[in-house]
Amino acid sequence: MMAKTPLEGMEPLSLGKATLSELDLGRLTSIAPYRGQEAALSDALKEAHGMLAPAPNRATGKEGARAIWFGQGLILLAGPAPDETLARHAALTDQSDAWAVVRLEGDAAADVLARLVPIDLRPYVFKRGHTARTELQHMMASVTKLGETTFQIMVFRAFARTLHHDLQGAMERVAARARP
Amino acid sequence: MRLDCPICGARDRREFTYVGDAVLLDRPAPDAPFEAWDDYLHNRDNPAGVTRDLWYHESGCSAWLVVTRNTLTHEVMETRLAAEVKEAGV
Ligand SMILES: [Zn+2]
Repeated sequence: MMAKTPLEGMEPLSLGKATLSELDLGRLTSIAPYRGQEAALSDALKEAHGMLAPAPNRATGKEGARAIWFGQGLILLAGPAPDETLARHAALTDQSDAWAVVRLEGDAAADVLARLVPIDLRPYVFKRGHTARTELQHMMASVTKLGETTFQIMVFRAFARTLHHDLQGAMERVAARARP
Repeated sequence: MRLDCPICGARDRREFTYVGDAVLLDRPAPDAPFEAWDDYLHNRDNPAGVTRDLWYHESGCSAWLVVTRNTLTHEVMETRLAAEVKEAGV
């Protein structure tokens, strides 16, 4: 048997100056530090996985092993299986199959996303390494800026096709407005 | 309308859920008199002016907030984490 990704390994979709593709981040683990254990958890994360715990609205680490701030008192570790030392300082929950993840990139990516997400996405406000819990249309989402024109978007797995539909629609409308 | 979430920053109203008067933070003792529980559960002021409400940053960081705002001017005067307000007891 083969594991299916939420978008079943969709082909990348390019429309105008934006490209949408599915991401498989590997293991996803939510980390909720116990009260007063935030600093110890950050040290353990650094020791085991090479990145400090992110401050609110930030992500740390790099491709393959990223720690994404995921809400009040919550961090998402994306990539490696969590080292057992983390469990001394935080509650760990496996979320690997729970999220659909896509990457939206290109010169028009921010314009596409701005049609769906009510946060300030201007490049001097929402910068590389910034992340936000927000909503995309009516879906709770996690949006992380991976590069100058590259965003990672996560929604609950059950919304995978809605996410794809909404992003494709916004990509079509932004592309239609671009001058030839 | 925007609310300044102490964690996330200024965010659009659509990310939040309105819960009700912040009096909900002041739960009476289990053996408090009937009148105190009656007030807590049912009786609300409807001020023309400053009011304190609970809001939930549902599509954001999931924090509960106490928002102080003016119903006459729509000015949002203060947003604080409900957990901090509760611990500070004010
Ligand atoms: Zn928030």
